[in-house]
Amino acid sequence: MDKGKAVMGMGRRWAVDFTDNSTSPSSRDIPDPLGFTRASQDQDDSTLSREKKNAEATWKSQKAWEVAQAPFKNLMMMGFMMWMAGSTVHLFSIGITVSALFQPFSALQGVGKVFEPYKDSKVDLLGPKLVFIALNLVGLGMGVWKLNTLGLLPTHASDWVSSLPPAQEVEYSGGGFF
Amino acid sequence: MAISVYLLLCIILFSSYYTTFALYEDQVGLMDWHQQYIGKVKKAVFQTQKAGRKRVVVSTEENAISALDLRHGEIFWRQMLGVNDAIDEIDIAMGKFDSYENFPSLMVFGGKDVVTLSSGGSVLRAWNLPDGQMVWESFLFGSKPSRSLLLTPTNFGADKDNVILVYGNGYLHAVSSIDGDILWKKGLAQSGIDIQHLVHPEESDTIYALGIRDTSQFEAYAINVRNGELMKHSSMELPGGFSGDLSLPTSDKAVVLDSSGSILVSISFVGGEIKFQKVQISDLLQGYSGAAELLPSKLAGMVAVKIDRSLLFVKVKDEGTLEVVDTVPHVEAVSDSLSFAEGQTAFGLIRQDGRKLQLTVKSSNDWKSHFLKESVEVDQQRGLVHKVFMNNYVRTDRTYGFRALIVMEDHSLLLLQQGAVVWNREDALASIIDVTTSELPVQKDGVSVAKVELNLFEWLKGHLLKLKATLMLATPDDVAAVQRIRLQSAEKSKMTRDHNGFRKLLIVLTRAGKLFALHTGDGRIVWSRLLNAFRKSETCENPRGLKLHQWQVPHHHALNENPSVLVVGTCGHNSDASGILSFVDAYKGEELNYLAPVHSIKQVIPLPFTDSTEQRLHLIVDAEGYSHLYPRTPEALDIFQKELGNIYWYSVDINNNLLKGHVVKKNCKDEIADGYCFESSDLWSVIFPSDSEKIIATSTRKLSEVVHTQAKVNTDQDVLYKYISKNLLFLATVTPKAIGDIGSVTPEDSWLFVYLVDTITGRVLHRMSHHGCQGPVHAVFSENWIVYHYFNLRAHRYEMSVVEIYDQSRADNKDVLKLVLGKHNLSAPVSSYSRPEVVTKSQSYFFTHSVKTVAVTSTAKGITSKQLLIGTIGDQVLALDKRFLDPRRTVNPTQAEKEEGIIPLTDTLPIMPQAYVTHALKVEGLRSIITIPAKLESTTLVFAYGVDLFFTRLAPSKTYDSLTDDFNYALLLLTIIALVIAIFVTLIWSERKDLQEKWR
Repeated sequence: MDKGKAVMGMGRRWAVDFTDNSTSPSSRDIPDPLGFTRASQDQDDSTLSREKKNAEATWKSQKAWEVAQAPFKNLMMMGFMMWMAGSTVHLFSIGITVSALFQPFSALQGVGKVFEPYKDSKVDLLGPKLVFIALNLVGLGMGVWKLNTLGLLPTHASDWVSSLPPAQEVEYSGGGFF
Repeated sequence: MAISVYLLLCIILFSSYYTTFALYEDQVGLMDWHQQYIGKVKKAVFQTQKAGRKRVVVSTEENAISALDLRHGEIFWRQMLGVNDAIDEIDIAMGKFDSYENFPSLMVFGGKDVVTLSSGGSVLRAWNLPDGQMVWESFLFGSKPSRSLLLTPTNFGADKDNVILVYGNGYLHAVSSIDGDILWKKGLAQSGIDIQHLVHPEESDTIYALGIRDTSQFEAYAINVRNGELMKHSSMELPGGFSGDLSLPTSDKAVVLDSSGSILVSISFVGGEIKFQKVQISDLLQGYSGAAELLPSKLAGMVAVKIDRSLLFVKVKDEGTLEVVDTVPHVEAVSDSLSFAEGQTAFGLIRQDGRKLQLTVKSSNDWKSHFLKESVEVDQQRGLVHKVFMNNYVRTDRTYGFRALIVMEDHSLLLLQQGAVVWNREDALASIIDVTTSELPVQKDGVSVAKVELNLFEWLKGHLLKLKATLMLATPDDVAAVQRIRLQSAEKSKMTRDHNGFRKLLIVLTRAGKLFALHTGDGRIVWSRLLNAFRKSETCENPRGLKLHQWQVPHHHALNENPSVLVVGTCGHNSDASGILSFVDAYKGEELNYLAPVHSIKQVIPLPFTDSTEQRLHLIVDAEGYSHLYPRTPEALDIFQKELGNIYWYSVDINNNLLKGHVVKKNCKDEIADGYCFESSDLWSVIFPSDSEKIIATSTRKLSEVVHTQAKVNTDQDVLYKYISKNLLFLATVTPKAIGDIGSVTPEDSWLFVYLVDTITGRVLHRMSHHGCQGPVHAVFSENWIVYHYFNLRAHRYEMSVVEIYDQSRADNKDVLKLVLGKHNLSAPVSSYSRPEVVTKSQSYFFTHSVKTVAVTSTAKGITSKQLLIGTIGDQVLALDKRFLDPRRTVNPTQAEKEEGIIPLTDTLPIMPQAYVTHALKVEGLRSIITIPAKLESTTLVFAYGVDLFFTRLAPSKTYDSLTDDFNYALLLLTIIALVIAIFVTLIWSERKDLQEKWR
């Protein structure tokens, strides 16, 4: 049975069950061992597969939630690092910011992959996925915010006019000492 | 885009924060060159006694005194006098013997000093002949300006204490040649007298001062040399009067022309008895009628009379009679006579026929014989011979040889010896008037223009040597080899355009009317040309160059044509003298065309338009205010007509304290019209009250200056819009009392006013007054800022001020969305008539140096930060970051401001010894500094000129866009190879180890 469960867990291909699953004791010649109550066993057996599936589903959803919340820790970590990096442009702060931008981004790209193992008809992955995406977006937002505090986002007028050539003049004048 | 530019700016900013601009010792001469000149030689004195180095001491029109090596023409030593300290006379006198006791090697020169008389006969200086150090200096004061004469008698009997006799400012001084003490002083300043000669007859105690009073009275003063006592004064009048100067063939006779110029008068004044003897020139030269001219050359026993193009040599006999010796045609120059051996005298005369010079050395005693007759060919670009100085030497076979020092029309100096030009000096380059640049030809495939192309092996060898030097493995020989390779890099002197734009031609106009092209790589002369338009002729008496403009700069569709320059000159010193225009090919130096004489030239205004052959349109304004368009082609006229109404010009009238604006309106009236002449009408004028203000300086932006952006970003991401206009004029005035020298006025009476005037509308954008300040003002205008230098009388110090102008009317453009979508009018063409609101910020600082000239670096795109180049009074060029002259400097800048690069405010501008661009060199007589952008944005080329020339490359923010020249490619290559090998080796190792692990 254990083995069967294990196999089930891994996704069943085929199985031959040699155990006698008949519930009527009459069909059996051998009396049950002492302390064994067939009744309860029978009761279990009837719902066994469904129960197993349920357990698996809860386990999956639990795992999925865990995975969904994982970026939160990351977020805290990132926040700390950003605070440490300061607001001047140098190698460290740029590295932190780039990783802060890249990590959520790549995580968002791989949302499907991350939740692949927990895919089940019974498990509702929408919630975890949304949380995961939201947290990563927050992370991304933090990255962008950091980029802005570093002054690397073109959010100021100065960023758009800093390379604006001088306007042409209509008139032309020359001259000097006369 | 914005980010990348911002990042770039950040990088520039950070890289420039702690820069020092000093060179390492071994970098000197890598990208700079320095050339020394002396200017056109006025007088030369030879000093070739016995052994030792043979040399000639010369005084020049650039006020230089220099000893030149006679073998190679190199400058042995050189001393520069001030600009207003013109040298009148130069001679060699016996100095103090004792002072050389400690330097036995110098005894060769017997303690001789070079004596110079300058500043109109009021300063007498003695210079040590061996090394040019000043021995003493004497100021001779007098009552009124007069001719200045110098006499250094060679032997006063046995008296060791030699006397130098100086006549200047109406006084005769006897000065001790040992220490410059004035022994006695005698006033000879009668009204109207013009003392022309001091004569010392051999072996006597008397000197004669000869002169002419009121053009008709010959005066002779006999003065005792010992005490200055007037022994005898005699005078005699010649009815009709004299003309020209006295000539002195012997020590007791003078010759002069009478006022008609047709009678030679020989004057004998032995013992104070004056006798006249007159001879008609027509008697001397049969059938000649016309004016003659007496040459100033001192010939023993003879005078040279110039008649037409011929020279008449007239011998003065003992009894005072005159006798013609010979008539020599086409003589260009005659030297003074030279005495050598026992009583022999000779002089040289030069005849010229095109390129051929013929030098004849004649004996004064015996006309028939001549010591020497040789002819030599010289470059036609040297023009005519102007002066010749003779010297003799003893040949190995004990006969006498002669050498001639020749000054040519182009100010060059040649030494002729044994029928050949031994050396020449291009001393026209000491008097540069204007400079422009030209690109070199593009390198074409298959045509190698380099003299020495390095092959790969040599390249590798060089780099290996460098590598050795880097790794400290090199021997001293290797180090020397590396340095030689670096200095003689063929790369920098190629005759083609380079990728970085470092190689260019500097086209240089000199006062001699000669145009030179110098290669920026090593400073050599690529070509030189004495312009035909700038040579003396009947129609053009005093030609002189004024300006040099780029005429044709082909870069797009006219690439096959050579670039050319426009040389502008004038025929005289008057304002209405006719003008000269000459067009010269910049690659070959050929004079393509010249227009002379044309209308007078007051202003040359290069217009911002070019025609289809990339010829730039120029507007030349004449003295009457008419403007003439060049080039004179219908196409140019067409282009110009389209822009008519938008072309303005202004004039600054210093005499009338007037600033006037004009607009070019319509074609001239028919009488003078040729279609290319335009009339202007006066638009506005700014009149400065002449009782309170006097214009002393103006400054405008350089026409070719490129500005990268119109915005200036502050610390808090705020934007300030620069007011960038090419039509701005900076003008400084002072109160009339303060026009003199510094200190000639009290601080209370002295005001300095500065103005910023729009030259289209005449609107005064900014006016500021500095109380207690005085000129001279040196200003430099770039982008939206002006820096000017003046003297603060209250603080007794020089000051520098900066004014930055910002456009307030654009300040509202702050909506990011609009800017992103491009809904702004920041790049729309603007007109001065829109009257933008401007704000100015300014700040002043003390500055230690007095300044000769100020310039600013210029780069190709205008991104790189700027440096001010200050020509100091010590003839050096100092680079000063513009960041030190930033009106936003405060005493305690915030952290953000510090990050932006704002330096804490100090009262004085720092002068870092490493910031001298000229490092250990001096650019003697520095007059101007020119900056030329290279193609590489970080780099600017700097050319400083005066009597010396200096050229270097500067990178105000370091070379952030290229590797340095001495970057070791071999080391890089080696490192890469080593790394690749290491990768493979470790790869094999790790595989083997893996295999072993698996078998375990």
